[in-house]
Amino acid sequence: MMRLPKFTYRVPRTVADAVKMMSDAGAEGQFVAGGTDLYPNMKRRQQTPKTVISVTRLKELNQIAGDGRSGLRIGASVSLTDICEHMLINRDYPFVAQAARTISTPILRNMGTIGGNLLLDTRCNYYDQNYEWRKGINFCLKKDGEVCWVAPGSRKCWAVQSSDLVPLMVAVGAKLKLVSTLGERVVDAAGLYNDDGIDYLRKRPNELLTEIQLPPRNGWRATYKKLRRRGAFDFPVLGVAARLDLSDDGTVKDAKLILGGIAPAPVEVKEAEQALIGAPLDEERMQAAAESCYMKARPLDNTDFLMNWRKQMARPYVLRALQELREQ
Amino acid sequence: MSGRKQKAHIKLTLNGEPAEVAFAPHKTLLEVLREDLGLMGTKHGCELGECGTCAVLVDGRSILSCLMLGLDAEGREVETIEGMATAEGLHPLQETFADLGAAQCGYCTPGFLLVAKELLKTNAEPSRDEIKEALSGNLCRCTGYLKIYEAVELAAAKMRGEEAEAVKETIYGYE
Amino acid sequence: MIDEPRIHDYGDGANVHKKVSLEFGDMGEGFKEADLIREDILFYEGNTHLPMEQHAAVAHFDADHKLTLWSATQTPHYVHRALAKTLELPASHIRVIATPNGGGFGGKSDPFNHEIIVSKLSMMTGRPVKVTLTREEVFYCHRGRHPVLMKIRTGVKKDGAITAMDFQSFLDGGAYGSYGVASTFYTGALQTVTYNVPRYKFRGLRAFTNKPPCGPKRGHGTPQPRFALEVHLDKIAEELKLDPAEMRLKHLVQPFSVTANYLRIGSMGLGKCIEKVVEGSEWKKKFSNWDRENRKLPEGKGVGLACSSYICGAGLPIYWNNMPHSGVQLRLDRQGGVCVQCGSTDIGQGSDSILAYIVAEILGIDPFDIRVITADTDLTPVDLGSYSSRVTLMTGNAAIQAAERARELLTMAVAEKLSVPIENLSFADRRVFDVENPETGVTFAEAVVLAESKFGTIGTVGSYTPPRSPGRYKGAGVGPSPAYSYSAAVAEVDVDASTGIVTVERIWIGHDIGQSINPALVMGQVEGSVYMGLGEALMEEMTYRANRNVVHKFPSLLEYKSPTTLEMCDVVTYLIEDRDPNGPFGAKEVGQGPLLPVMPAIANAVYDAVGVRIDEVPITPEKVLTALRDKAKGREARFGPKRVPDVEWPQPLKVLTPAEGGDGKEMPRVAVHS
Repeated sequence: MMRLPKFTYRVPRTVADAVKMMSDAGAEGQFVAGGTDLYPNMKRRQQTPKTVISVTRLKELNQIAGDGRSGLRIGASVSLTDICEHMLINRDYPFVAQAARTISTPILRNMGTIGGNLLLDTRCNYYDQNYEWRKGINFCLKKDGEVCWVAPGSRKCWAVQSSDLVPLMVAVGAKLKLVSTLGERVVDAAGLYNDDGIDYLRKRPNELLTEIQLPPRNGWRATYKKLRRRGAFDFPVLGVAARLDLSDDGTVKDAKLILGGIAPAPVEVKEAEQALIGAPLDEERMQAAAESCYMKARPLDNTDFLMNWRKQMARPYVLRALQELREQ
Repeated sequence: MSGRKQKAHIKLTLNGEPAEVAFAPHKTLLEVLREDLGLMGTKHGCELGECGTCAVLVDGRSILSCLMLGLDAEGREVETIEGMATAEGLHPLQETFADLGAAQCGYCTPGFLLVAKELLKTNAEPSRDEIKEALSGNLCRCTGYLKIYEAVELAAAKMRGEEAEAVKETIYGYE
Repeated sequence: MIDEPRIHDYGDGANVHKKVSLEFGDMGEGFKEADLIREDILFYEGNTHLPMEQHAAVAHFDADHKLTLWSATQTPHYVHRALAKTLELPASHIRVIATPNGGGFGGKSDPFNHEIIVSKLSMMTGRPVKVTLTREEVFYCHRGRHPVLMKIRTGVKKDGAITAMDFQSFLDGGAYGSYGVASTFYTGALQTVTYNVPRYKFRGLRAFTNKPPCGPKRGHGTPQPRFALEVHLDKIAEELKLDPAEMRLKHLVQPFSVTANYLRIGSMGLGKCIEKVVEGSEWKKKFSNWDRENRKLPEGKGVGLACSSYICGAGLPIYWNNMPHSGVQLRLDRQGGVCVQCGSTDIGQGSDSILAYIVAEILGIDPFDIRVITADTDLTPVDLGSYSSRVTLMTGNAAIQAAERARELLTMAVAEKLSVPIENLSFADRRVFDVENPETGVTFAEAVVLAESKFGTIGTVGSYTPPRSPGRYKGAGVGPSPAYSYSAAVAEVDVDASTGIVTVERIWIGHDIGQSINPALVMGQVEGSVYMGLGEALMEEMTYRANRNVVHKFPSLLEYKSPTTLEMCDVVTYLIEDRDPNGPFGAKEVGQGPLLPVMPAIANAVYDAVGVRIDEVPITPEKVLTALRDKAKGREARFGPKRVPDVEWPQPLKVLTPAEGGDGKEMPRVAVHS
């Protein structure tokens, strides 16, 4: 049996309590919500916090308010199952429910939360291994080691951004509320992620993600396409999130194309967006956008599938996303 | 408390009955069930949330007991496979799983039964695709899942009060 | 070469565990007769059993210095022997109990380190000691499917009749032996039992490498050559412009015949299996018939067919002895209770219940009346274990013998009591009665009382030893079986040309079971085999990090890809009941055979769908897309290995075939000057 290391478990009643506890715990503290990311990491000794502070049951973090006209505010501890099933989300932001349904499995979605998914640790198959395995390869840059085995010449960790919701939240321009004892701030989802597998969040460790704010649905459409081996369990080895603003005559006014699962952070493909903006969404422009994404996608050999194939899949998966948006 | 291990102590509803248990506070619900409550029906296949074997119901929802702390069961309703049969007999899902051979080695079966029970509570007449989706987080290496789908469908029909029997092809194959 | 350091003190060379070279019949003559000679090279990647239950064992060395080991094992008898040897304890002081087993598939057949370790620790401490492996450790125990590189060369007549076949296999054995010698022979043994192969040559080599050891996984050593053979035959059918189903049907091996390599075929229902799947799948309406221009299915959709056969129990045990392979002990008590004791090990296939059905059938009682005690070396007679698809056939026959002996005692006692001729008595509905006058009879429980009064305590035994094989040459020990099961499958696939992703939509499978004892269990084994074959065909593989000391790339249930409900295809099953005289009530195996045709049927269907040959398992999207790109560029539309290593094979051991008047013995070696 793989056992958790010993730690102190604290269950605050309010957000204020939670951030106070974290402040007290200092660098050895760690928030937990669903536990589906943290506890496996703890069992494998990738993370060994001394104090774990559970925010799953905080009322403030379990609410959904607003709608597509005013924008939607989702508490960070809302479970992924509730995201999938929520009436308003399915009506006004169906792509969010659709992306959430692709996350892991029904049981894990009962446990996992939207906030936890947005803060998911970066993944790498040199890193997501037992302590003994990692020791066997002399560890890696992300934890206890000196070398990134994915790119041994690199000073940087190449562990992969593996959340399905991250690219989508970046694409739709979601905002995230962070709270600490010093106060609260609201940041763009795009600004939260850092292109470094170790230091992958631009968030202080003592800040608690409390709320996800989706912008009003004034005309734009969005979708998410996920590549993986199996229809359940698997993390994305490529995720394509796309958002388009179309004018009445079908001209693309604005576009966002974000690739997930191929780099330490979500990758915005500006060239692809430029290829689409200012003209109707025709086959030629979609192909051009897909080609730009293919050029930009540089996955490395640290997930399932061969990296060259994953790169090639950028073309059909971007095309499928755009085709779906054209028909929405 | 020097020299003595600190134990957590919680109260919960376990298979419909009030229960209390003391355990090392960093234990998962899986460990508490098997080691401190002596309920060995909950099995484990990876202990990392990658197989669905250890699924139990907490407040009616399936969770993986390997990734939930025992402490988080405080005050909640936990249902394990041991609670599935009642004084009236086996649950209809248990009956159909046995009759159709939906369990072979039986190791993944507790998880499948509980997740199937959760499904039938909200969806009395699930389609084949809905069953596949609902059970997609439980791995089985023996059956190929087909007998499991058929057992869920048959149990669902029985629970709806229909006079249902296994189709002949399920047991004997096609002519 | 002589100076090369040896990896182990056993084996045939420095890093060579086993080298085999066998030749049956005049190969030169065979190839001379051929209208077409075709050669193919294929590769089958290694994969693992992945039982949901991790291995675990508890040992207790008690105060009277007897050791008990409870273990998740498929082979308590072999574990018992291994413990006696390694612990230097008398075997009579050791008891091995196989616990209810959470999945085996061959992965719990070897005696394992942890079983010995807990035993030794308990001997040292006098306390019970338990080890449960982590999932990662289960991957290192492995003993799974060998990666095998294969070269197959076959001569055929215009109608597809095989004139000669030359098969080479190269097995990557991993770090230790396991049952690797048998695995090596199995890669060459069963090519001859489906279609008539008048002359046959086999060369095989198993190498040691620094990886977890390979061993027996469902189909032990035969899925790899079966994949090679059935894909190779598909290519031959295309060259000859023959329908692959008809070509196979035309050249089936004869029932009750002896093959070129001296395997004795019994009942043979493969023809019926093929007919069923061809009809059920509407093969004629779907198969392209090698005409890509006038396809019946849309581009991207395709069907493929393959067949196979498997042993119903290995003809020999793993250590040489003249004792039975399976023993059953039956105890009848005066309350009418019947207790069956047998060393067999239920790993989920339902073998415990098989004992109850068979004894109940013979004694005319209900299976629910019977208690079954199995897999406990103190309480049960030896059965060799759950491997080689031997359990139903061997324990079944032993159970029949024990039950018939008990019935005889009861018959004598009842006949005397009722003054009815012995031959008039029948056992049914929990009664023993006069068939001419059914009212005259006693209950089964009364019959036991009568017998116990007459003969004393009623206990009988039965045992089973497989018939002797006609093969007498060195190496003839692997392949013989009391009977062979047969399977045929058609797979229908969808191939996405833009990604290379293969989706298997449905598999039709016919399996010659001889006789179903419990059809629900048979169906479960067929569907489970198809499932496991699907995983091997599409996604399962043991892979290693060459850059980091060959660590296992991803020893986890997340990254070793086992199909979920969302990948499993529909399965349409046909059970063919062609009773075999050697099987209990005619029954043959079903636990392993139906896995075998799945991988080649899918590979052949992929070719039918998009016109590329993937000569390598698993058939991943990367390989399909690479082959499609090559095809588009006018290169060979194929992904697969191109060469095999140069090996200095030993002089083949030559055996005249039965048709050539052979007696099953090897011919005297002729000195050859090189």
